[in-house]
Amino acid sequence: MTDSPLLDVQGISKTFQVPKGPNGNDRLRALDRIDLTLRQGETLGLVGESGCGKSTLARTLMLLERPDQGTVRFGGVDPFALRKSELLRWRRRVQMVFQDPYASLNPRLTAAQIIAEPWHTHRDLFRTSRERAARVRELLHLVGLRPSDADRYPQEFSGGQRQRIGIARALALGPDVVICDEPVSALDLSVQAQVLNLLNELQQALSVSYLFISHDLSVVRHVADRVAVMYLGRIVETGTTDEVFENPRHPYTKALLSAAPTLRRADRERKQKILLKGELPSPLDPPSGCRFRTRCWQATELCANTPPPPTADPTTPGHTAECHHPLDTRVSAAR
Amino acid sequence: MTAIGMEVSGLTVELTTPRGTTRAVDGVSFTAHRGRTLALLGESGCGKSMTAQAIVGLLEPIASVTAGSVQVDGEDLLKVSRKRRRQLAGPTLSIVFQDALTALNPVLKVGTQLAEPYRIHQRMPAKRARAKAIELMRHVGIPEPESRVDSYPHQFSGGMRQRLLIAMAVALSPKVLIADEPTTALDVTVQAQILALLAQLRKEHDMAVVLITHDLAVVAEEADTVAVMYSGRIVETGPVDEVFEDPRHPYTRGLLDSVPVETERGADLSSIPGAPPDLFAIPPGCPYQARCPLVQDVCRAERPALETRAGRAVACHLAEGTAQ
Repeated sequence: MTDSPLLDVQGISKTFQVPKGPNGNDRLRALDRIDLTLRQGETLGLVGESGCGKSTLARTLMLLERPDQGTVRFGGVDPFALRKSELLRWRRRVQMVFQDPYASLNPRLTAAQIIAEPWHTHRDLFRTSRERAARVRELLHLVGLRPSDADRYPQEFSGGQRQRIGIARALALGPDVVICDEPVSALDLSVQAQVLNLLNELQQALSVSYLFISHDLSVVRHVADRVAVMYLGRIVETGTTDEVFENPRHPYTKALLSAAPTLRRADRERKQKILLKGELPSPLDPPSGCRFRTRCWQATELCANTPPPPTADPTTPGHTAECHHPLDTRVSAAR
Repeated sequence: MTAIGMEVSGLTVELTTPRGTTRAVDGVSFTAHRGRTLALLGESGCGKSMTAQAIVGLLEPIASVTAGSVQVDGEDLLKVSRKRRRQLAGPTLSIVFQDALTALNPVLKVGTQLAEPYRIHQRMPAKRARAKAIELMRHVGIPEPESRVDSYPHQFSGGMRQRLLIAMAVALSPKVLIADEPTTALDVTVQAQILALLAQLRKEHDMAVVLITHDLAVVAEEADTVAVMYSGRIVETGPVDEVFEDPRHPYTRGLLDSVPVETERGADLSSIPGAPPDLFAIPPGCPYQARCPLVQDVCRAERPALETRAGRAVACHLAEGTAQ
């Protein structure tokens, strides 16, 4: 892990034109001044509920959406400033593993064809078909499939094996960053663990960085080095995984963590469930000031009037929350 | 012990497909008590949803119940006439489905759908039934029910739709409520709200709740009793705390070990190798044999029966050996 980030996102926003919403607004701000960094070999967990902008962020980092403002720097270069032909070459540095291994593999292609498909676009990677075939075998081996699996079709594989094919395809271009969008949520528990272990082994071996998007907090806690929590298009809290989980500073993070069911009785007894009132506000009509204030139990007038600035935890500077009244769990736990 | 809400015994469902006939549910028995929650826990294809469909009489045409009984209030639901079954659906037995958008009728106002139980079962006049529908909506936490009663399902969020579905299911205060993955499609904060609502309604109506889920943590928090299903059979059952504290079946243990808790970040999670057997090629003997770390010759030869010892029932030849 080096100190200068591989991926450095500063203040990016993305607005979509949509059909008019409840207040006549037709501009949906899916991302609102997002800052994000990702170092080599690091896993950043991205959590948040439906509609918070996770997927738009992933698409932007895949260079599929151009942000309206802000900068994306990838290895020091702004890929959006590149010419189209150069942009294509950059694309191979970010690849994606999708949620649904049933929908994301073409049923008419064999495993080998699926894995080799990115090379149709990126033609300069291999000169001969023999090289390509050898690389497919390597990739199959890397993700724990057998050489004989190369000529089988997706429907002949189980869900976990299909996800292995999806991972091999993501690795086919030798990316620096893999965006894992809910990579295990469609899988059964016993198979989830196999795939999570595989992702971990691959990271050790290839030193690839993951942006790991998941709604399952126990999975994020297991895989991520750092966590970013999103709410209505903004990152409201970010920090190391242990810091964010053990000492959440933003009320939304705390509510999210408390809402997740836990297996261990000791954990259940320790934490009190916070049931958020109301519903997620429409992103077409976000609340003034702090976006979470309509559901926050400690909102004040200040929260309605002024958007909260990012506040760093005085004891752990890497841990920031956008809140006027950040929590201090350590103090309240000691009381 | 609390009153029995529903007693299922030896329930067997056979599937007939071009590939042949197989048992998707194989001799499932359990008892659901009033005011309690029993969880049917298992992974996809284990037969948990088909068990629910068989109980409420909503099996697909390719599936049929070939054995067993479902006793509710002295009647066997599997033996009664279609007419009687319709009478029982609502006041006696009710179900909440996973996907609220497909379970609600998209072309009817939600008020009309919520009033249906009262209109049909109690022959209530439209105006009173509408008032009851509004009351019901308020009770399950839908804001501004007086105006929302005339909205259509697509105008509600996923969480609100699930509330509507639950409202409809409990309208006639059923004795038994089956909840088939009621929160799987929902975000975690919404899931917490819906589970709290179900627990509240269970107490108010003294319902026996059968919660069907694949989520171990949901079971740990919501259920009193758990029945773990694998390949169409219950392989272990007992009080949730005891089963999760001290699993006796290797499959239950494997599932619990697969949950990422306590493990260090980056450390390997223990996982269950392989995948469940193809329903059309279930081996003789124990269905878990191919994935079991403790497998012996006897497991390949003989099918283990679900045997009860001190309140815990396990279907494993080596159950004693796995207890610690």
